[in-house]
Amino acid sequence: MDDQYLLSMSNITKEYYGNRVLKNVNLNVKPGEIHALVGENGAGKSTLMNILFGMPVIFNTGGFEGQIYLDGEPVTIESPHAAMDHGIGMVHQEFMLIPEFSVTENIKLGREIGESNALSKIFGRLLDKMDWNQMSKDSRKSLDSIGMMNIEEYAKVAGMPIGYKQFVEIAREIDKTGIKLLVFDEPTAVLTESEAGRLLEIMRLIADKGIAIIFITHRLTEVMAVADSMTILRDGEFVARKEVGETSLANMAELMIGRKVERLVEDELLGQRELFDDRIALEFKDYSVDMPGERVRGMNVKVRAGEIFGFGGLAGQGKIGILNGIMGLYDTEGEVISFGKTLDLSKLGEALRNGIAFVSEDRRGVGLLLGESIERNITFSAMQINNEFLKSIGPVKILDKKAADEHTKEMIKLLDIRCTGPSQVVGSLSGGNQQKVCLARALTMVPKILIVSEPTRGIDIGAKKLVLEHLTKINRELGTTIVMISSELVELRSLCDRIAIVSEGKVFDIMRPDDSDVAYGLAMAGVREEVR
Amino acid sequence: MKTLKTFYDNIGLPRLIIALFFVLLIVASILLGFSPSALFSDVVRRWLMYGTLVLAMVPGIQSGIGLNFGISLGISSGLFGAVLAMEVAFVRDWNGLYGAGSPWMTLGLALLLGIIFAAIVGTLYGMLLNRVKGSEMTVSTYVGFSAIAFMNIVWLSLAFKNGELSWPLQGQGLRNTASLSGSFGGLLSNPDVVQTTQPEWLHWLAFRVGDFTIPLGLVLVFGFLCFLVWLFFRSKSGIAMSGAGENQLFTTSSGINVDKKRIQGTAISTVLGAVGIILYAQTYGFLQLYNAPLMMGFASVASILIGGATVKRAKISHVLIGTLLFQGILVTALPVINEVVEIGTLPEVLRIIISNGIILYALSKTKGENQ
Repeated sequence: MDDQYLLSMSNITKEYYGNRVLKNVNLNVKPGEIHALVGENGAGKSTLMNILFGMPVIFNTGGFEGQIYLDGEPVTIESPHAAMDHGIGMVHQEFMLIPEFSVTENIKLGREIGESNALSKIFGRLLDKMDWNQMSKDSRKSLDSIGMMNIEEYAKVAGMPIGYKQFVEIAREIDKTGIKLLVFDEPTAVLTESEAGRLLEIMRLIADKGIAIIFITHRLTEVMAVADSMTILRDGEFVARKEVGETSLANMAELMIGRKVERLVEDELLGQRELFDDRIALEFKDYSVDMPGERVRGMNVKVRAGEIFGFGGLAGQGKIGILNGIMGLYDTEGEVISFGKTLDLSKLGEALRNGIAFVSEDRRGVGLLLGESIERNITFSAMQINNEFLKSIGPVKILDKKAADEHTKEMIKLLDIRCTGPSQVVGSLSGGNQQKVCLARALTMVPKILIVSEPTRGIDIGAKKLVLEHLTKINRELGTTIVMISSELVELRSLCDRIAIVSEGKVFDIMRPDDSDVAYGLAMAGVREEVR
Repeated sequence: MKTLKTFYDNIGLPRLIIALFFVLLIVASILLGFSPSALFSDVVRRWLMYGTLVLAMVPGIQSGIGLNFGISLGISSGLFGAVLAMEVAFVRDWNGLYGAGSPWMTLGLALLLGIIFAAIVGTLYGMLLNRVKGSEMTVSTYVGFSAIAFMNIVWLSLAFKNGELSWPLQGQGLRNTASLSGSFGGLLSNPDVVQTTQPEWLHWLAFRVGDFTIPLGLVLVFGFLCFLVWLFFRSKSGIAMSGAGENQLFTTSSGINVDKKRIQGTAISTVLGAVGIILYAQTYGFLQLYNAPLMMGFASVASILIGGATVKRAKISHVLIGTLLFQGILVTALPVINEVVEIGTLPEVLRIIISNGIILYALSKTKGENQ
């Protein structure tokens, strides 16, 4: 093995239950360099890191193929602890800090320095007296070494700005003796611009000490700014290893996205519809949704009646929040106007009552009553909102079992839901069939506008195609306006008329499905074309 | 074989064990020479007596508040309604004025007052439970205990004129146990009461076939209540309530106010508790005040769990099966155990083991929200 590399992961292949998520991936990192690991959501970055850290999830699912070399020596890393012993550390995206502990306590957690005393001589090291002096000094030193003179080592972590927490995490990793490689998992995702800038400087500082850094990120500009080299993954496959100096933003974007887009719908069908810029089905005006992790911040966009409109973009940028606000699960601000009527989203069920039906991205959490029958799931909303499937017995209205049964059977046939019958419990269906039940519930509302969020998440390829084809069919045959929110650009581009790329809670750009991969890659990364 | 497997899966191990134990006890008691018809009469009587209290668990579970240990609130409301009704009947001398009609009017007034109190208390209780989402069962246990303690003070301070209720020779405070024999005791279930005090056209309410007592009146009332609850959970409002209990986000996204549904469910559960305790007292023949209802919540919870309910889902069938098994075992165990070993408190010990054991079992089967 070429020993110019500190870390070499060669020909890594990993399957989860027959689903290949990594295929012959190579990752090579030199000592003291910042190496960016770039790819879309689901490209296999996290799996690769899980392998590097010997996470239990890898071994519980049958291990992996390939070999890891450290300093040219083949190693096996079978637990996170072993990874630590090899000098590999990680700065997590979600902070692994205990809020009620001080900075020192957090930095030294699990690696406390003790002084032996009478009790600990008898009962073992767990009863050592803490050497707070030494621990504080160590913490101070590692904080200073990353230039964080203004973080007090005795302060509590709770209530610190997010950026500071990130730096405390970094200080903890630096403090570990013999650290050779540090992984930053999307460290800038939660930071403000100035904090992010500061972080990049610190990464440079650490790398200059000879510690290698693997920098996982979506933000291509940051890669350009700070990384020395990079590895690009796409769909679990190794695309390229590049020196940053030899490449450009556009080149990177193309490598990250590039793949063939198949149109599900032929364009002659597209032409049969008439879309007018003045017939607006759904309009968002300064629309904000307060959904943690997926905030929408003042979005403005118009969806024309009869079109299939896509919202794409990276995770955490706010596309998921759009629907959750309309469903009434999170507070919203601004206006949502449907066919000229302003919706009052503070009222529960407002969207449903105005002919907007939806399929949530969180199928098991929001989309289904897992313990109830298919029939109950499909008819629930239509019964509650439109008083369907009810019959009167004297003054009381009760379930019209026959009507509900018939309708459910119809839907089962229409969407080809594989089940034993309308009374089967939804929790026992496969993911794809559960998704069809969600879709059936939305269709039962006979909506004017159908909003689907991540309609193909967690379902197999056959079912994916069926769901997408059905969405198209609904649009073509019933004239339903469809808004599709998805992380899968290929899917969006295969059936949408227009696609809005969401970045930082706003629509960054509205694109056509046949725009170039480069354009998409740049938009996803939040880079304006003129920057190039 | 496959049908046997599904049958076993549907029943579940605990129910199978308990059912087998029940059968064993019945066989043992018959072998020991007890009259089967007297035994079965007793089982049926106890089944109906506790049935409504167990039925009260269903709306609570379905609306998502879990096992309603706080059913003591409903029980207290019912008891309060009952003592008020009896006092009114005494002061107005309904017995003298209306004769055989008087017990019916007392029972009716007791139910009416009990339901009104329970509806008010239950609504407030539901609002409380909405503020402690996630730990409803812990809170409801203590609310249940507190309600009993509070009512102890009330019972002590009531100054009633009715001698059946108040302590003799004392101006204040009610008795521990008040007999209903002159009032609505046994009106729906005791052949002796029905046959002697009621006109002939009402004798079908409770009668004997050989040694076997058939409390038809109580069967009809309990059956009607079960039917009402069943019907409610097929109505639009009931289906929404089930949804709220199953998945709050789903139900909210379908435009339903989950908190409101939970309050409704709690209120209905409390009202059923009030009706349940009045029917219980009616069958038993006595009003039990003070600490007597303290553990009734636990017995009700244990019954419905034995019947196969979980903390998230419950059906009428769970009520029927669970109450039959739980009460059946207690009724049959008493004479059998007395015959076999001479320890007087053993049936009581058995009751505690079964009821607490099954609650523990059910809770250990519950998966937390995060799992």
